This record gives sequence, structure tokens and C-alpha cells, in this order.
Amino acid sequence: MDWGVTDLTCRRGARDVLTGVTFRVGAGRAVRLTGPNGSGKTTLLRTLAGLAPPPRGTVDAPPDAFAFAGHADGLKGQLTVGENLRFWAGVFGADPGTVEEALDAFALRPLAGRRAADLSAGQTRRAGLARLLVTGRPVWLLDEPTVSLDAASVEAFGTRVARHLAGGGSALIATHVALGLPGTQALDVAAFAQAVGASVADAAFADAIE
Amino acid sequence: MIGLVRRDLTLALRAGGGAGLALVFFLTFVTLTALGVGPRADVLAPVAPGILWLGAVLACLLSLDRLFALDAEDGTLDLLLTAPLPAEGTAAAKAAAHWLTTGAPLTVAAPVLAPLLFLPGPAVPWLVASLALGTPALSMIGTFGAALTVGLKRGSLLLSLLVLPLCIPTLVFGADVVRRAAAGLDPSTPLALLGAVTLAALAGLPFAAAAALRINLR
Repeated sequence: MDWGVTDLTCRRGARDVLTGVTFRVGAGRAVRLTGPNGSGKTTLLRTLAGLAPPPRGTVDAPPDAFAFAGHADGLKGQLTVGENLRFWAGVFGADPGTVEEALDAFALRPLAGRRAADLSAGQTRRAGLARLLVTGRPVWLLDEPTVSLDAASVEAFGTRVARHLAGGGSALIATHVALGLPGTQALDVAAFAQAVGASVADAAFADAIE
Repeated sequence: MIGLVRRDLTLALRAGGGAGLALVFFLTFVTLTALGVGPRADVLAPVAPGILWLGAVLACLLSLDRLFALDAEDGTLDLLLTAPLPAEGTAAAKAAAHWLTTGAPLTVAAPVLAPLLFLPGPAVPWLVASLALGTPALSMIGTFGAALTVGLKRGSLLLSLLVLPLCIPTLVFGADVVRRAAAGLDPSTPLALLGAVTLAALAGLPFAAAAALRINLR
């Protein structure tokens, strides 16, 4: 699916973090968001997910195109991995078969009956990413998806994203690790940062801790 | 939406979910009042409708601060708002699950506690009717309050201060139904008003709660 944004302003709190964000992503393509901490990668992803309405600009994509995976995984500790995924499948109206597929894709089958609270950080992350599959949405918005994943899981995740792309989907990924995806464009968020952007604030922070 | 209600009920029934908390609080509140005031029918009977209804209001308040806060902490709320389910549906489902774990058990337990406060027998069915009709409004008002305070770290006190004044009409009409029934008068007028308050809350507040959620997660 081909989608893009034009002249988008992204706001976090009362402050415009990014202005004039313009790009297009073709079907089967992934875009990697780069930029220093605080440059607005998460804000851009949250704006596209519909969590923060943009004050200006347009998003040229059908509604319900985006699946968002942020820093928090949205798993309930008291429910098992399988129950968590089935709940999200129900919310997104997916058929129960996708849950089985997602369990296999992220090697979660042995953990399906375990409470999410008893998982390790990496296993929790894999369960959180498996949720992307049950949403059935074409565009994945990924915010640091590989945090706390081991090398093998990162590779498996890269393979799964590549399959999603091959199936006509697309992805916007904020990451500091290369996922080995072919044909990935890089988009430096800092280019759209406001003059009083957070990269300046981070420099002051770095000075302070020196 | 039904899936969300079912998940919330499952969570409440699992260890640490606190499903019985409101009910136990209600039982304790009423028992302590009876013990504190003393077992005299001429003192307890006139205040019984007020005590029972006040206990119900406070019990409903008890679990409200967890309503959205837990979902906000683990990221579930963000994901729910990006799901096909509208935020209004999320708020309504949350309120329904809250009522099923607080208001509904209270309504069932109330007839058992009524004799403890010497509430006259003919008033007991009206007590049940008023609680069944009134407590959904308490859950809905509480959901709205919880949505307003979801982003705040220490929101629970503010939540109580926001929600309690909004519960006044329900408390006044609910207690009046039972009082009139206990005095042998016709309780249908306050019962109708109680129902009107509940219907207004159910019709309007899901939209207000959804708006509050969207603003708080921005």
C-alpha cells in the first residue's frame, strides 16, 4: 500500500516538535527513522497512529491503516500470552487463526500458556510484536522494536518484517539497529525539527552530565 | 467491546484483580456503622437508607483510580485508542465492567445487610430496585472522572473530589426512594428521577470520557 504525509506538523504537549514533515512510502517498502534522542521520532509515530492529532498537514492513507507498537507492549501480566493475543485479535476483528500464526512467527508457542508477568523482557517484547500480526493492518509503525531482543530474535523479527513487506505492507521503523531489510530508505527526523528542538536541550543535558 | 468487558472481568477475577474489594468494603462499612451507632432500631432505622446508599457510593469509588491507570501504564490504552473500537466504546465497556464488579454485587448483597440496620421489610425490594437503577450512573460518572485524571501520577484523591459531587443527585434520589418506601409512602417519583439521572449519565458521559482520554494521551 502506497501512503504518505504532506507538510505535517507533529505536536507533543503544547510544543510543535516537527514541522513540514513530507515523505511517501511505497508498498513493500520500509522507512527507517533516524535522529538523536528527543528529535521527535516517537512523536511522529504517535501522530501517525492517531494518538496526537496534527495541528497542520495531511496524512494520505486510509483510516485504520496503521498498527502501532510503542515502548510499552500492552500486555496484561495476569493473562497468558495466548489470552493476550486472542484479546487483541478480538479487538481488531481478526480471525483466531492469526493468533496461532503470530505465536509461531515469534517462537512463542512454548510460552503461550504462561502468564505474561512471568516472561523475560525479551520474551515480553516478542509477545508485544506478535500483536502486530493479529491487527492485520498494512502499515506497521514501530518504535524501537528491537529493544531487549537478542541477536537471534532481532534476525527473526527482521525476517518477519521482510515477509510483511513482501506481502504488500509497509513499515516505518524508528531504530538504531540495522534490521537487514532490502530497499530501506532512511529518513532523518532532525531535518524537520523545530529551531528550539529537543536536540538542543539534549546537548545541554550532555554538558550537564559531563 | 464485549471482548474488552470480558477481559476486564477476567483480570478482576484473577489474583490481585480486586473483584470482591468493593463488596467487602460495603459489608465492612455497613457493619461498622451498625456497631458504632449501637443496636437500637429507633436510631438505626431512620438513617438506614442513607447509610446503605452512602456505603454504595463510597464502595464504587474504591476501585476507580485503577480503571484506566493500569491500562495507561502498560500501554494498553494507547493501543486500544488506535484499534477499530471507538474511544466512546472503550469508555462504555470500562464502565460496564466496573459496574459488573462493583454495582451488581452490591445490589445483590444489600438485602442481606438491610436487617442489620433495621430497615423495614417492605422497603427492601425498593432498596434493591434503587441500587440496580442508580449504581450504573455511579460507574459511568466514575469512568468519566478516571478518564479525566488518567495522566496524573497521584490522581486518586483528585478523582474522589471530582466524582463525589457528581454523585450527589444519584445519592439523594436513591436514598429518598428507600426512605419513602420505609415510611410507607409512594417511592415511584424519586425512582423515576433516579432512572433519569442514570439514563442521562449513560447517554452523555461516554462521549465526555472519550474526549478526556484523547486529550490526556495527546
